[in-house]
Amino acid sequence: MVTNAVFFLFAGLAIACAISMVYHKNPLYSAISLIGVFVALSCIYVILAAPFIAAVQVLIYAGAIMVLVVFVIMLLNLDDDRPLNRLKYLYAVGAGLGLILLVQTFFIFYAVMRAPQNPVVSDVAIGKTLNIGANMYSRYLLPVEIVGVLLLMAVIGAVILVRRLNQPELERVVEDELTRRNQEDEIGDFRISI
Amino acid sequence: MEPSLASYLALSGILFTIGATGVIFKRNALGMFMCIELMLNAVNLTFVAFSRYYADVTGQLFVFMVMSVAAAEAAVGLGIIIAFFRNSVSIDVDDASILKN
Repeated sequence: MVTNAVFFLFAGLAIACAISMVYHKNPLYSAISLIGVFVALSCIYVILAAPFIAAVQVLIYAGAIMVLVVFVIMLLNLDDDRPLNRLKYLYAVGAGLGLILLVQTFFIFYAVMRAPQNPVVSDVAIGKTLNIGANMYSRYLLPVEIVGVLLLMAVIGAVILVRRLNQPELERVVEDELTRRNQEDEIGDFRISI
Repeated sequence: MEPSLASYLALSGILFTIGATGVIFKRNALGMFMCIELMLNAVNLTFVAFSRYYADVTGQLFVFMVMSVAAAEAAVGLGIIIAFFRNSVSIDVDDASILKN
């Protein structure tokens, strides 16, 4: 009974924070609401007997990813979000999509409620760090290595994306571009004169 | 008495719906990025709930993989947003129309 009450408390908190995230125009308020969603979900993972995932959720999502997002918001010093002025039909598209997804959600809810209930397994050792680590480095070694390669690619890609060309290199690029345009202009004039 | 599997799935579906509509309603690249994170979290909740009710550790391991993909996405996505902000001083996705025509 207590578990049920705690679940509905944190479920309500997660949904309220998610709606507040979409509602707010200021990106910083959205980011703080999203941190609320992550913390509420981490509490729900504790109810689901997954303490490792709960800890990692707070560490990686609320700790690492959201710090990066808040840092970028502060760095860019953004204004409030503008309303949709050019693409008004997107309101209809968004409302329709939301309605369809909600109907699907309630369909799934009733289908699962009607299905024969699996008894909850009282073995809580599944979510323990020892169990997860032992499985990660034996049965699921290949996915872990693929994720490692993916993270390496992401690091290299991020460094190349935000790299700023240094001054001599930038001047050289601009000079090349200017000479190319001049040559094109000369060729164009030549053709016109013929 | 514990909440049933259906309640977790309903919560996950509602969060996914909010994220998906948010991606359409937001014009701000950072807002869209955060809505995508919300959708990834909704899927993570489904994984953990099934892992609990079927007593299988695979669900929790794949939550870990999804989190790694989200971290990679954060690094590259925020890099793209900063590079876009340098060129056109805005992160409104309506302004990202250089490839048009």
